Amino acid sequence: MSDILIVSNLGKQFGGIKAVDGLSFAVREGDIHGLIGPNGAGKTTTFNLVSGFYKPTHGSVKLFDEEISGLRMHHVAKKGVIRTFQHSTLFAELTVLDNVLVGTHMMFKPSLTAAFLGRERQSRAKAIGRANEVLEFFGLQAFVDQLAGELSHGHQRALGMAVAMASQPKILLLDEPFTGMNPEETQTMMGLMGKLRDTGITLLLVEHDMTAIMGLCDRITVMNFGKLLTEGKPLEIRNHPDVIEAYLGKQKNAT
Amino acid sequence: MSKPKLLILFSFLLLAVILIVLPHGLSYSQREILVFLTINILVVSSYRLLTLTGEWSLGHIVMMGVGAYGSALYTKELGVPVPISMVLGALTAGIIAWGLSFPLFRMKGFYFLIGSFAAGEIIRLLWKRFRDPFGGPKGIKRIDPFPDIDLGFVRIDFFDPVNYYYFALIIVVLCLVILWRIEKSMIGLTFHAVHWQDKLAESTGVNVRAYRTLALVISATFAGLAGTLLAHYIGTVNPNVFDIEQMVFVLTWAIVGGTTTIYGPIIGCIILTALNEIVLREMGLEQGRPLVYGLILIASVLFMPKGLEDVVKKVIDWIKLHVLTGRIKNV
Repeated sequence: MSDILIVSNLGKQFGGIKAVDGLSFAVREGDIHGLIGPNGAGKTTTFNLVSGFYKPTHGSVKLFDEEISGLRMHHVAKKGVIRTFQHSTLFAELTVLDNVLVGTHMMFKPSLTAAFLGRERQSRAKAIGRANEVLEFFGLQAFVDQLAGELSHGHQRALGMAVAMASQPKILLLDEPFTGMNPEETQTMMGLMGKLRDTGITLLLVEHDMTAIMGLCDRITVMNFGKLLTEGKPLEIRNHPDVIEAYLGKQKNAT
Repeated sequence: MSKPKLLILFSFLLLAVILIVLPHGLSYSQREILVFLTINILVVSSYRLLTLTGEWSLGHIVMMGVGAYGSALYTKELGVPVPISMVLGALTAGIIAWGLSFPLFRMKGFYFLIGSFAAGEIIRLLWKRFRDPFGGPKGIKRIDPFPDIDLGFVRIDFFDPVNYYYFALIIVVLCLVILWRIEKSMIGLTFHAVHWQDKLAESTGVNVRAYRTLALVISATFAGLAGTLLAHYIGTVNPNVFDIEQMVFVLTWAIVGGTTTIYGPIIGCIILTALNEIVLREMGLEQGRPLVYGLILIASVLFMPKGLEDVVKKVIDWIKLHVLTGRIKNV
């Protein structure tokens, strides 16, 4: 299968700190790809670089053959790279339906003249149709009229993904989607991600929850100190000595 | 038609009748104030559109001034007929706002507020500094009035405040309908999205800068139109009409009224104008207006942080609960 996202020699420097330092990896189309590493390894910075939130100091990010590094975030989104944020970043003051409607922004671009003349009904009906489709996919259709801020944590995370999903991504970047979830919610979320992959969307996720990562990912990239540590299938990663060392420290020989 | 709809229709009809009859029960000077009030409602309502994106500007009143100066100059210097010059004046305000958006939207929140104040002051000081064509501190005088309309059987003279009030009312209501439609459209939803989580909005492909600019330009255009309405009524404009004190009045109307609904700022504007014109004028305390407004602003932030609109919301809820459901039960 072809590579959908190719990161090569990517670097980001904040003052004297190299948060990401010459990182290279590739994500295959249709995979669930995990990006893991100890705290401060530069995972979220990598996400921010890929999604256009930061401009890289050097290196390149390609979507298929197209260079996307250095583009602004909404341009990157237009290419089909959609990200979610850590914690429950939502439009808490808007209803669940309105949240997802914002996600359909690119499919149904609002027109000022239509708004002036009050002739928006058709495109709005289509957008609402799309939003309902997505909400059903994530099992949120019962909450359409509730404010997003009033949902339970698990539902908020699902809604965050629904907003991203509504904009028809080619690849979805999920930043710690399992944080703060109980085992039951984690299970539901894992099921949702499997379903998402089955619709043909590639997923790249940053995560600390090892059960979720090991159970879900096709491939895993491990980072440490801004650099690539290793890459491989979950089973290889689990037993890799460098990974164990990065997480737990070097084993001292008992004398 | 269902009962709630009938009730809404009836309230709108009642409101229309009140608005039409109102000037005939007032004295001449009160009629003039009514014209200013109508214009100010457009100013504060257009201001609210910008606040939807979460940005508060201190340059809005200057945008009104750009419309007023623009329209006055187009008629005086270029001989453009008044109705067309008014449209051009409004568009000028929109274009100036678009130009200002480039430096201003490098900032957000408090910095944007201060930046917009500085930008507004620059424009205002340019009016003061350059006698040609802006007339310096004394401004522009003898601006052409809105031309009389002669229908043969009736002649409408817009020098009469009642006639000008009707004219302004029609324009303002039309503008309010457009503003309302924009807010209820997908564009309005995007404005809200930009306000509450600009990063999330951007990650789903919203060009946040473009939408902030759009809100600024639309609000400035309508403020400019309000300015032209003022200029061709009072026949003179000068830089002091659009100074920071006026801006603080607009802010006070918006904050006291509340900005989550379209009627909030309008209510704020009406109540405070009434307070000013009826209570303060009667008591001979007109000079104390800034003082009283300041006290009201502090009091409303302390005791009514959701604004006057919250009171209206509660009344509407009460009507829904008691009047409507009560009736339906009886049927």
